[in-house]
Amino acid sequence: MAIQSDKLALAHDPMTPRVMRVLKRCHDGPQTVTLDIEPGDSAPFQPGQFNMLSVFGVGEVPISLSGAPTDHDRLRHTIRAVGPVSTALTRLSKGECLGLRGPFGNGWPMQQAEGHDVVLVAGGLGLAPLRPAIYQLLSERERYGRITLLHGTRSPADILFHREIMAWRRHRNIDIEVTVDHAPPDWRGHVGVVTRLISSVPFETGNTLAFVCGPEVMMRFAIAALKDAGLGDETIYLSMERNMKCAVGFCGHCQFGPVFVCRDGPVFRHDRLGGLLNLKEI
Amino acid sequence: MPEQQSLTPNGLQALLDALQARGYRIIGPTLRDQAVVYDDVQSLTDLPVGWTDVQEAGHYRLARRDDDALFGYAVGPHSWKHYLHTPVQRLWHAKHERDDIIVTTEPPEAPRLALFGVRSCELHAIAIQDRVLLGGHYRDVHYAARRQDNFIVAVNCAVAGGTCFCASMHTGPKAVAGYDLALTEIIDEGEHRFLIEAGTPEGVEVLSELPARQASNEDIALADAILASTAESMGREMQADDVRELLLAHLEHPRWDDVATRCLTCGNCTLVCPTCFCTSEEDSSDLTGTEMARSRRWDSCFTMDFSYLHGGSVRASHRARYRQWMTHKLATWHDQFDTSGCVGCGRCITWCPVGIDITEEVKAIRETSQEAGS
Ligand SMILES: Cc1cc2nc3c(=O)[nH]c(=O)nc-3n(C[C@H](O)[C@H](O)[C@H](O)COP(=O)(O)OP(=O)(O)OC[C@H]3O[C@@H](n4cnc5c(N)ncnc54)[C@H](O)[C@@H]3O)c2cc1C
Ligand code: SF4
Ligand code: SF4
Ligand code: FES
Repeated sequence: MAIQSDKLALAHDPMTPRVMRVLKRCHDGPQTVTLDIEPGDSAPFQPGQFNMLSVFGVGEVPISLSGAPTDHDRLRHTIRAVGPVSTALTRLSKGECLGLRGPFGNGWPMQQAEGHDVVLVAGGLGLAPLRPAIYQLLSERERYGRITLLHGTRSPADILFHREIMAWRRHRNIDIEVTVDHAPPDWRGHVGVVTRLISSVPFETGNTLAFVCGPEVMMRFAIAALKDAGLGDETIYLSMERNMKCAVGFCGHCQFGPVFVCRDGPVFRHDRLGGLLNLKEI
Repeated sequence: MPEQQSLTPNGLQALLDALQARGYRIIGPTLRDQAVVYDDVQSLTDLPVGWTDVQEAGHYRLARRDDDALFGYAVGPHSWKHYLHTPVQRLWHAKHERDDIIVTTEPPEAPRLALFGVRSCELHAIAIQDRVLLGGHYRDVHYAARRQDNFIVAVNCAVAGGTCFCASMHTGPKAVAGYDLALTEIIDEGEHRFLIEAGTPEGVEVLSELPARQASNEDIALADAILASTAESMGREMQADDVRELLLAHLEHPRWDDVATRCLTCGNCTLVCPTCFCTSEEDSSDLTGTEMARSRRWDSCFTMDFSYLHGGSVRASHRARYRQWMTHKLATWHDQFDTSGCVGCGRCITWCPVGIDITEEVKAIRETSQEAGS
């Protein structure tokens, strides 16, 4: 039996990348580069969403949007070189072509956060997918309560978007705490894991949402600390990372128990993950 | 109640001829490398006439029957996904032109495929892959094109294989939907015939071109009896109604450690499974870097690369990979696609080199969980 023809209304193959040019490239810390890419006819994105970026002949990887959702002139991505594809991406220079599919996935719960305090916990490069949310929170500042950003990195040199963080601190209504794992003698800030900062944040329990993004171990500790501080599982959102090949639910790689991270995430409310994060090797 | 008709073997050859006349490429069971595999079929003599198979955990062997049955065996290592969700598919190719890159989507191939001899479990498996690859927000254009002009001739199973458990999964042995024509083979007192019924308007049309006559009430009763006895003689069974809850409640059960000592993580089970759909992408380019392409191929959740994140695989242990596969099939598939991912075809049991049996693994978890009172 043939399938119904409405299933064949295939305007566009979701697996074929659009070719875009790099508008600008700048360093953002060790092995880390921010690329501005021409937007072409890309749909507007939500903070927390990601694109699949291809270097032709090398491969394709998921990379979060790290710029302002209201900036329609460029798609900003912040990439850390950790392997073949991410390294090739960080080596692209202005004017070169890359492939882009997306935006994919859901985003941070910006609407649910209205009227609430928001705590953002970012481990390392986890600040990149949170930055669009920060832009949106700050641009609609009056809609939210107290906003706190906790950022943890390995060393002061790894602090992502350092100058921007300084500027937010000075000019914007946001509390920011930065901590490093290893401090040189001249460092006067916090030392230790980012999750330790959580206990010192003044929360209005019952009126706070947490956005967490970073390595999985860090997120596990962050959830525990947030819960100790009085937050419920239903107020903690995290952005999950899994191997991804297709981003559209075909390849199976990004499964995390019952969910496809590409299709149902990458942002999940913690209670909806049913405790799976506490099990190993899911 | 659709009308049952009766065909002789010659009449069945007329069906193959009619499908070819309509421009279909017919794929059906054939014999190759001592197994029943799906390949091009033009005449009934291309089928495994007079053969059956003996299947057990980790064991498959062809054997002679004492008649000339055309469909006297169960399913082999192939499934229809070889033709619908092909092992390799180029997705696009790209070319450097001066300082520009032009990407061209691989045009989806839409062969007019007639699938001949599709078992009930396999109809269910195709319907499951339809949900996965066509039922969501995005559609797989290649699968869609290969699926769009199918003509499906189902066969109701007259024998159950040694590892079959479709009756437990409510996916067989009788085809109930998803076919254009369905056959039941009857060999009775040396007389060979097929009951045939149409499931779609195109099936009705093709059937009207065949030298069929009204089936006798005796034959209809005989076909029912054959199917009832097939359902009775399943080689395996699985209590499936609560298996999702059972597995999800026992993700840390010691049985996963036990199966991990046996499983080789070879991935055979995923390759033979008719519903497994996972793929990986691969980029290539010529030496000068002017021509590039991306292909996708079947992948398996048993490989280390499958769950790789910088620094290592999420599912590094055998335990975690077997658990992922089995809980996906029987549990989380329900959450994702509102259906089981297992149709009870038994292929994973037969083709596992060490004979790991999904029904036994479920049973072991069920029994020890009851002992423990949980
Ligand atoms: C939703 C999402 C958003 C992401 N956002 C960013 C971002 O903004 N900036 C950034 O630098 N990185 C981001 N990553 C991680 C980034 O995708 C990986 O660093 C990248 O895939 C590594 O690929 P590679 O070929 O360079 O390295 P290798 O480590 O050699 O990877 C080989 C292959 O494994 C897979 N893989 C490896 N690590 C990851 C990973 N962490 N996540 C997913 N697949 C992986 C990829 O398929 C990759 O091609 C994100 C990942 C996800 C899932
Ligand atoms: S269960 Fe059997 S077939 Fe599957 S990966 Fe393990 S050894 Fe291979
Ligand atoms: S899991 Fe095994 S029995 Fe179930 S459909 Fe797949 S191959 Fe067949
Ligand atoms: S990345 Fe392929 S299914 Fe999610």
